[in-house]
Amino acid sequence: MTIHAAGRGTSLVPADLQIAPARRRRERLIRAFFLGAAGLSIVISGAIVLSLLGNALYFLVNVDQSALFTDGWFPRRGMYDIATIVAGTVVISAVAMLVAAPLGLGAAVYLSEYASAGSRRLLKPALEILASIPSVVLGFFALTWISPNLVQPLTDAPLSNMASAGLAVGILITPLIASISEDALHAVPSYLREAAYGLGARRRTTSLRVVVPAAVSGIIAALLLGVSRAIGETMIVAIAAGGTGGSLFELNPLEPGQTMTAAMTALAIGSDSVRGEALTFESLFFVGLLLFAITLGLNLLSEAFVRRVRSKY
Amino acid sequence: MTAPVQALSARDVVERRLRSAGGDRLGLVLQVALLLSLLISLGVLVVLIGDIVVRSLPVFAERPVDFLGSALSSRPARAGIIQGILGSVLLMGFVAALALPLGIGAAVYLEEYARDTPAARLIRTNVRNLAGVPAIVYGLLGLAVFVSSLGLGRTLVAGGLTLAVLVLPIVVITTSEALRAVPATIREAAFGVGATRWETIRSHVLPYAAPGILTGTILSLARAFGETAPLLMVGAIAGTFTSTAVGDMLTGSYTALPTIVYSWSGQPQDEFRALTAAAIVVLMVVILLVNASAILLRNRYDRKW
Repeated sequence: MTIHAAGRGTSLVPADLQIAPARRRRERLIRAFFLGAAGLSIVISGAIVLSLLGNALYFLVNVDQSALFTDGWFPRRGMYDIATIVAGTVVISAVAMLVAAPLGLGAAVYLSEYASAGSRRLLKPALEILASIPSVVLGFFALTWISPNLVQPLTDAPLSNMASAGLAVGILITPLIASISEDALHAVPSYLREAAYGLGARRRTTSLRVVVPAAVSGIIAALLLGVSRAIGETMIVAIAAGGTGGSLFELNPLEPGQTMTAAMTALAIGSDSVRGEALTFESLFFVGLLLFAITLGLNLLSEAFVRRVRSKY
Repeated sequence: MTAPVQALSARDVVERRLRSAGGDRLGLVLQVALLLSLLISLGVLVVLIGDIVVRSLPVFAERPVDFLGSALSSRPARAGIIQGILGSVLLMGFVAALALPLGIGAAVYLEEYARDTPAARLIRTNVRNLAGVPAIVYGLLGLAVFVSSLGLGRTLVAGGLTLAVLVLPIVVITTSEALRAVPATIREAAFGVGATRWETIRSHVLPYAAPGILTGTILSLARAFGETAPLLMVGAIAGTFTSTAVGDMLTGSYTALPTIVYSWSGQPQDEFRALTAAAIVVLMVVILLVNASAILLRNRYDRKW
């Protein structure tokens, strides 16, 4: 089988079209490196699950079952009440969502439906800057500004309380919710808006009755991701919620409380000094597994909603 | 005083209806409320920066150089952050050296080599989920794998590896987006003149995607710079460098800027409040500069195909 070059007598054999062996070897080598890099993510996931599971199972097998359902979370005294740290996490995430859901969604609708192109170019980077503030900084801000200036004047809460921490977590996740829901609103095709205007609808009717319902899957995804981030947020809670060392079961946001993440920080920092209580190190991984499972569930659910948006438009 | 009732012609009624947009009070209220929700979020940013700068003034007014150049101390008048700065810089070196080549490599595989197979889909889903894992869980991974199993102990190497694993999925995702924005025609042009896949990637795809990749990776480094919780898990708490020789810094106890902020914020004295604020100012200056330059870079090279 030969290919004849047009007009001349010379001919190409398949070997002429084949890649030189050295060049081919290099291609294979580079491809193998890239494949290895991609495969590494699976290895990391495996390592996360295995390291969490191993120690968490050891904890569950060896812990006195009654210690998991007691009056509070005091690992140094062998009290591992799961309800306490879950309650703290729920309270703080709820306060955070009360702040972040309206602020984030409002900002998203404004940016997508009302803002001019010029102000968008200014406002969106400003939100990105807000998103880039490290959580340890917001924790300090919650303890030294939010609590004495916003929470304590209105209530008789102590300096460290769950409400202040929750407000700061809300500020942290607002840009996240705003940016994801803005993407969802932006993805709504403009013909839907034009159809509404064509029927004589006002801008508010178009925004709230047409665009927002059309983007509702993406908005739910944004809110779910916000909850997931709030649950996993650590430093704000560790600094401002006042649960160092341990806490009794507490549902009042104006009291200090302990979350899963803050409990882990407290355990890790004190892990050298508390080796006396046999299971504190392993309990760290048990809480970590619980946190991992909850956030993974929320993230997967959120992704399912995002997929619905993609398939629609 | 009631105005005499006028009979409205049909024409008036229609005109009023058509002009009612200007009188849509509810619409105006909504618009103001939406704008407010945006401005409140940004107002917090302004208050936060202002409050922290004011708090830090005593430190920067009295001993700016001394604060930056001194070691940690339990005496507020002598405490400084030089160990934190060195620790954070070395940690970033680890993250850049490990996470950037591996993350970019993984993204190149997923976007340029992999077909739409179940395995490739699994990797993609997996990367997305890794990006959503709370930072503190990466700290547990570092504690179990790097500190304990690999026997690195509570050292800067273990901390650097942990942070590298943490930002890896973010690097993969942002690089993938940058690669996807390069149109297929660019690749076809290279294939058309006989380039192999790697030659196409090296000479055509990567140069066009470079600004996007750079922006994404810079932002992920900034994220790693301020990350605290995983470092606490792998032991960067009250550690201090025993000497400033690089070898000792890598194998001994260590600290980083954000973990200093955390441990100082737990001190009740006013002097330490000022020191914490000053350390935050240093941290934020770095992060804001990095973010601003990334945003400028993106605006400058943002191209539509």
